[in-house]
Amino acid sequence: MTRTILDPTGERSVAERARLARPGSLDGVTVGLLDISKPRGDVFLDRIEERLAETGATVKRYMKPTFAKPAPVDLRHEIATECQVVIEALAD
Amino acid sequence: MGKPQLPDGLVAIVKRDCETCRTVVPVLQQLAAGPGITVYTQDDPDFPGDPAAVYDADLAVSWHHDIETVPTLIRVVDGAEVGRTFGWSQPNWREFTGIDDLGDGLPVMRPGCGSKSVDPDLVDELRARHGGSILRSRRIEVADAEDDIEMMFTRGWSDGLPVVPPTEARVLAMLDGTSRAPDEVVATVPPDLVEATVEKVAIAAVMAGCKPEYFPWVLTAVEAACTDEFNMHGLLATTMPVGPIVVCSGPGTRKIGMNSGMNVLGQGNRANSTIGRALQLVVRNVGGGRPGEVDRAAHGNPGKLGFCFAEADDTSPYGTLAGSFGVDEGTDALTVFAGGGPTCLFDQLSREPESLANSLAHQLQAVNHHKLVRGFDAMLVMGPEHARVFAEAGWDRDRILFELHVRLATPATELERGAGGIAEGVPAGFGDAALPKFTPTGLLLTYAGGGAGLFSAVIAGWVNGAKGSTPVTREVRY
Repeated sequence: MTRTILDPTGERSVAERARLARPGSLDGVTVGLLDISKPRGDVFLDRIEERLAETGATVKRYMKPTFAKPAPVDLRHEIATECQVVIEALAD
Repeated sequence: MGKPQLPDGLVAIVKRDCETCRTVVPVLQQLAAGPGITVYTQDDPDFPGDPAAVYDADLAVSWHHDIETVPTLIRVVDGAEVGRTFGWSQPNWREFTGIDDLGDGLPVMRPGCGSKSVDPDLVDELRARHGGSILRSRRIEVADAEDDIEMMFTRGWSDGLPVVPPTEARVLAMLDGTSRAPDEVVATVPPDLVEATVEKVAIAAVMAGCKPEYFPWVLTAVEAACTDEFNMHGLLATTMPVGPIVVCSGPGTRKIGMNSGMNVLGQGNRANSTIGRALQLVVRNVGGGRPGEVDRAAHGNPGKLGFCFAEADDTSPYGTLAGSFGVDEGTDALTVFAGGGPTCLFDQLSREPESLANSLAHQLQAVNHHKLVRGFDAMLVMGPEHARVFAEAGWDRDRILFELHVRLATPATELERGAGGIAEGVPAGFGDAALPKFTPTGLLLTYAGGGAGLFSAVIAGWVNGAKGSTPVTREVRY
């Protein structure tokens, strides 16, 4: 006999968004560097900033209050409005 | 399907399995020959035969017309019931029909039998079939040739163990465990931030193997775990091996048969095993928190299948954990704590409180790493034989915690990075200060375990406070 069960999932419809195309160069582009507050993430990002500066890119630094929680919505909005490219650092 | 209409006139509902129904067959024949009667039969389409009956095969007539006893005799006028009598009572039936010689020669009175539509084995299924469903979840049909448990594995809804298929009948029965409406939103579940209704939590509780009387505890655990302070998202995303641990207390734990004694943190008790599992199934299936996706644990721990236990608050010498967070003792409540697996704290020789405090402090210093301090909480599950040493010396909860904290202060020079030939440790710069292992609220004291065994257990926590997770206590809402 056919049995019927109830869907245990959230039944949400996922909004899929296509990624933006990668920029051909970093000329005139503002690059955001997001430190998620893990130890030594700053070591990695300091070096990245040096390298990016050599190419002439504008660099802005950001930091999450804690690596243990998602970035606050205001921070995400700030990065999205100020930068065209973002690099997020995870380190230990 | 709507409520079936009864024909005008007299209507009787009977079943062959009922002796009283068999007794009144001559009465039914007398009514058929007289004013006329429509007879519905619940179990045997050939009963009573004369008069011929309408077979209420799916019990829709019986269920919709609230038949509790057979035989029931109903009078219908213009499609509406105007009166009923049930069981066999010669005077009642004569008055009801206005036939003075009805049932001559029969016993004066015989009690009826239970209607098949209120059979406890059938009632959940009937409610699902005829109840005009209050449930909103999508229905998924399982093919005849498909194994429903295998199907649920295939769809990714299992935590690795078989789950109970959440049929409508089972979910409705689970919802009987609470007074809360099925469409009430319980929590917004990380990581996908999906609103979980009482109904969705009931589905998870069925799948986990809960009984309906556990359900209020499951709902409360979901509420507590899906708060900003508890930070279930971080708990999933961390590479540490932690999960939500549910600590229950209050008289309700005994009513639902929770274990607070022998093997309290182990297997074998249905309530302990399934309440924590139901919470994790909500996180997995509603919130989308799955291992290898947002759950990034390097090792995890077996308690992530579900970790829930009861405190022995009826015999505790120092109250409950929930009580320490301000809940009145004797109230059903639970606390969620972000922790890993339990480790044994062994001491069979200490009979003085100072010795036992020294001993426990040494072992607690090792939580996560003996050179890392203040960043992690820990839960101490003290067994009765250890607790007795403190109780006999007159140490209450505050004294026990104070004495442990005093012993858990270590000179920074021994904790600094590099000290002891170990790179891990606290940053330099604390001078020769003594650093406490735990924050003032970072050691959570609970009371549970078997009556024999001079042991306690410690459960190492995750990153504490605003950066990580704070324990959350809630009174159980029924």
